[in-house]
Amino acid sequence: MNSIQLIYLVPLLPFVGFLINGLARNVLSKSLVSIIGSGVIFLSFLLSVVVFLNVRDEGFIPQVISYFEFINAGKIKVDFAFQIDQLSSLFLLIITGVSFLIHVYSTSYMKEESAPHFARYFSYLNLFVFSMLLLVLGANYVIMFLGWEGVGLCSYLLIGYWFKNTSYNNAAKKAFIMNRIGDLGFLLGIFWMINAFGTVSFTDLFNPQTGIINSISSNSSTLVGITLLLFAGAIGKSAQIPLYTWLPDAMAGPTPVSALIHAATMVTAGIYMIARSNLMYTLAPTTMMVVAIVGLSTAILAATIALKQNDIKKVLAYSTVSQLGYMFLGLGVGAYTGAVFHVMTHAFFKALLFLGAGSVIHAMGGELDIRKMGGLSKHMRITYITFFIGCIAIAGIPPFSGFFSKDEILAGAFAKNPVLYVIGLGGALLTAFYMFRLLAMTFMGKFRGTEEQLHHVHESPSAITITLIILAFLSIVGGLVGIPEYLMSGGHRLAEFLNPIFAQSNNILIKNEIPHQTEILLTVVSTILIILISGWAWKKYKNYQTETAEETGFAKVLQNKWYVDELYDAIIVRPLKSLSVFLNNVIERSGIDGLVNGVGRGINYGSRQIRLLQSGQVGAYILMMVIGTIVLFIIQMFAK
Amino acid sequence: MEITQILFWFLSALAVVAAVGVVLSKSPIYSVLWLIVVFFSISGHYILMNAQFLAIVNIIVYAGAIMVLFLFVIMMMNLNAEAEPAKNIYLKIAGVIAGMCLMIVFVAALAQSADIKVPIAKGTDIGLIKNLGKALFTTYVIPFEISSVLFLSAMVGAVVIGKKEQ
Amino acid sequence: MEIKWYIFLSVALFCIGIIGALTRRNAIIVFMCIELMLNSVNLLLVAFSKMHMHGMGAVFPQYATDAQLFVFFIMVVAAAEVSVGLAIIVMMYRNTHSIDINFLNRLKN
Repeated sequence: MNSIQLIYLVPLLPFVGFLINGLARNVLSKSLVSIIGSGVIFLSFLLSVVVFLNVRDEGFIPQVISYFEFINAGKIKVDFAFQIDQLSSLFLLIITGVSFLIHVYSTSYMKEESAPHFARYFSYLNLFVFSMLLLVLGANYVIMFLGWEGVGLCSYLLIGYWFKNTSYNNAAKKAFIMNRIGDLGFLLGIFWMINAFGTVSFTDLFNPQTGIINSISSNSSTLVGITLLLFAGAIGKSAQIPLYTWLPDAMAGPTPVSALIHAATMVTAGIYMIARSNLMYTLAPTTMMVVAIVGLSTAILAATIALKQNDIKKVLAYSTVSQLGYMFLGLGVGAYTGAVFHVMTHAFFKALLFLGAGSVIHAMGGELDIRKMGGLSKHMRITYITFFIGCIAIAGIPPFSGFFSKDEILAGAFAKNPVLYVIGLGGALLTAFYMFRLLAMTFMGKFRGTEEQLHHVHESPSAITITLIILAFLSIVGGLVGIPEYLMSGGHRLAEFLNPIFAQSNNILIKNEIPHQTEILLTVVSTILIILISGWAWKKYKNYQTETAEETGFAKVLQNKWYVDELYDAIIVRPLKSLSVFLNNVIERSGIDGLVNGVGRGINYGSRQIRLLQSGQVGAYILMMVIGTIVLFIIQMFAK
Repeated sequence: MEITQILFWFLSALAVVAAVGVVLSKSPIYSVLWLIVVFFSISGHYILMNAQFLAIVNIIVYAGAIMVLFLFVIMMMNLNAEAEPAKNIYLKIAGVIAGMCLMIVFVAALAQSADIKVPIAKGTDIGLIKNLGKALFTTYVIPFEISSVLFLSAMVGAVVIGKKEQ
Repeated sequence: MEIKWYIFLSVALFCIGIIGALTRRNAIIVFMCIELMLNSVNLLLVAFSKMHMHGMGAVFPQYATDAQLFVFFIMVVAAAEVSVGLAIIVMMYRNTHSIDINFLNRLKN
């Protein structure tokens, strides 16, 4: 039996888990909830592995499995169908694998919650994974959009998981609204696509032989418009400029949720969507340019902000934004494989870093400020080592996974335009700096917290540490599937695997082949620079002492995140609010209310007058009847 | 002018005058008496039109039973003329005008009707009890039986309504 | 006689009945006016019956019987109606010590 046919179970199992945990949350015990919640994901993971192995077979052709007709209106026909190919199977593996680890981690991290809330948490997590799987498996943009929306909803539910706290609720709302702005773009893109092409199915659009895309001229305005609108969706979901501010605020949720959002699900949706529609983007160089520029500026902006943040989760959040910027840079310069590769390695090390941060926060009793930490390496050996590995990986020091993927993206940028490369490298150096600053401030030097906290510090339970170790292992070896050509011929197995997806685009793209010598030189230079910067940061912050002085000048701007939130507040939120107040006070009160009330009052007055006719006296009624009869007869006579 | 025509005009005039009397009398007792006069004149019309059975029934049921019932009720309540307070004068005028208008409209509407002669007092046996009884107990037997049920329920209803509350 | 004179007579009686019902407040007199209106209609029905017995209008002689039986049933129903109506008036008098129909203005609210 072909295991591909079982693909529907992959998203179905998390959904079943969601239903069980969600509906029976008052009945199930916590251990049962953990087993169900993690178990369904584990089963999905196993199935994904089977599917992945199946797909890896030579000569695999993408398969579309249609289940039922989803929309059939006029000329539009949308099936509820799943598409299994190299790209979706790889994403399945990343999503289910990392999600499973996060579920296991959560069983320990969230165990202080009461049983119903614990079950609620797990049901949301399962729904989250379900939505993401739907997004990845969908064989057309509409099904993808379903998952896309589901992911947005789940992020709202999970960020606002501690719903009694108003600021957390506000963060959840912010995430949801920012996502909605992007989603609108995506939706408009789908509408336009239906209008222009009459179909939303990937096969109909991108098939090398019969796809509609073959008949469209390069850089046509329709194509640029659609791709820009789709990119707007990706901006919202993957937290790029100008819609990135929700992601740092999304830290309000429990730490495993942050890991889930940042590593495995949600933010990679935008990357996946563009990688999926790579052909369309390749044919629209204008959009590619926009994508590259937005990605690069996000990468730099977020990295500079991360330099001065003191909240352990905020630093990681901005680093995610920055890394996502790199992925978009990769997509924008046509290094699709590199972008997908970076999604994968990033999933490993970012999950690792977040879960490590969660472990630290747990040990510190909920403390988030790294200025009040320090010296934790003595108390939390495993967390320290794994976190260290994560830092090396994200900084891009060989041979850890981040090195390979980031290097590939930067090489792609260099091939496109050396200026992009230089700025990108600057961002990578910033990454190295703030990550090692974070590491040093958290784990090195003297302990700066309270006595009570020091007493409380301990290594986390095994469910947490084992997860960390697995992720650390993946962060080390994850890059080995994509060893560049110049180091080992045929070493880039990921590129070979993904070749069917991107081959057509690669044929169209004009590639400036850079010689291997140049590539080696660039790699060596960047590696040396990164190591130097890392060492500098490490040395600088190893013996960090609490500074009381206010930050001044540029540092203050960075600490306040370039005042972007304030800027948005001033140019969007406040005018909108005053407009709403105006509408409420003037239009609503005197306009609409006046109209409605006026009609009501008029009818009221009129009826009070007419009511006098209803004297209740029989004689009056008979009189009315007689007059009515007379009128009827007169009408009858004159109507002849 | 034939005797039947004279009778027709006489009976018509009597009916109208008596009807006006019903409306105008102050005391309900006089109204009842005037109404009996109206019924008698209408019965006269029935006889002129060879509806002998109906003429008798009209006298027995209306002028006899129903009017006696009215009289009983009036006497039981011991009403006198002053018991009725003056009605709103405008409503009265409006009522009169409306009634007159209705009459004018009716007359105007029906004056165009075909000028068919109704021969008076030419004997047939259609109005006789033999013919009507035959029709009543063959064609109309079901309505007849139902009307008996109606009477029964009206009787029960009257007893229930009129009974003194405990 | 022509049929129109019967029509006029019965219209006159009917309208007198209406005027009485409109202008009087005594429930019993209003009731009697209603009886008057019923009788005017009966008169017209009998006139039509006669019209069908002979002459130009006598297309369907069986209608003559039907019309007379119609009148008979009207009388039956009127008798039933009067018995119930008078019972209601009696009860009303017992409760309010008046038979002014203007007291019956509960329909107002």
